[in-house]
Amino acid sequence: MKLIGKLTIFLCGTLLIVFANKFPDFGDPHSPAATHLSPYFIEHTMADTSVPNIVTSVLADYRGYDTMFETTVILAAGLACFFLLRLPEEEEKEIYFRHVPTGVTIRIEECGAAPEDSEVFQRIDSQWVPCDIIIRSTSRLLIPFIQIFALYVVAHGHHSPGGGFQGGVVLGAAVILFAISHNLRTTVAKIGEKSAAIMSAAGVFIYAGTGALCLVLGESFLNYGALAPILGTDRVMARSHGILIVEIGVALAVMSVMIWIYYNLSSAGKQDEGL
Amino acid sequence: MIWQLDLIILVLVIVCAIAAINVKDLLSAAILLGAYSFLLCLLWAIMGAVDVAFTEATVGAGVSTVFCVAAVFHTTRRTTD
Repeated sequence: MKLIGKLTIFLCGTLLIVFANKFPDFGDPHSPAATHLSPYFIEHTMADTSVPNIVTSVLADYRGYDTMFETTVILAAGLACFFLLRLPEEEEKEIYFRHVPTGVTIRIEECGAAPEDSEVFQRIDSQWVPCDIIIRSTSRLLIPFIQIFALYVVAHGHHSPGGGFQGGVVLGAAVILFAISHNLRTTVAKIGEKSAAIMSAAGVFIYAGTGALCLVLGESFLNYGALAPILGTDRVMARSHGILIVEIGVALAVMSVMIWIYYNLSSAGKQDEGL
Repeated sequence: MIWQLDLIILVLVIVCAIAAINVKDLLSAAILLGAYSFLLCLLWAIMGAVDVAFTEATVGAGVSTVFCVAAVFHTTRRTTD
């Protein structure tokens, strides 16, 4: 089996190296992409959409369909993880508590009376039980800044590198950092699985809904210029604002899908104890 | 584009890729994949594709490494093949 794998890699690698010579050189001005496609975007993006970052306008405006279905693929990945991993809730056999003032760990057997989860008694995982105040405080300090940076990445995607995907992933990573530094139950109590699922669908809905709204207003799907009467601006600015709206949809979908996948993956579908 | 830097990073990418396949410890493989992604992110940044580099850094080196580690957490660390 390992031999077949190595043979396949070797074959694919050889093919890639042999045919890499046929590609146009890096930055070749006479390559097909540089003679037909790029000049149009470089010359018309600012006039068409008033977005300085050409990549953002190509991703969310000129190639809007592509990004919409990318977002749908992310949602499908979240759903696949859910259907493959999620287990029904079951009665737990043994649960563990830590008595915080003394640091004593208490094991409660099946049908035992468990204390309330409070400042004194803290529910802990059976496998991996960190109680590190340095990690908790550091991540508690870091998370707000990570989230603000993520919002900046989403909102400033018109002018600098970034956009919905990157900002959404960073937002999701902030929540995952919280889950790693505290525990999974605390995180699930803050952002439930249901709300993660609904938010991921809502993100895709925002994107597709914006496109459908353009259709209702009498123009083609995802042609944000049609939104000009609703937004109260001219067609060029309407395209810029349309890009921002769909980026927010993408960020929402990507963030919640990342959280959702993490919940299912880290707890093997039980969503009570996890990494 | 500085070809010396490019060459060093490309060699490191290949070393990381081969090491990630051959290493027996699954946790090490996950971390090596993260390093591989981060080196690729450097390559994109050298080529001027900053948006792609950003995506590679967040998705490839960040979240997918966490997913791999979370998956390894629920299985054995040693692989048999």
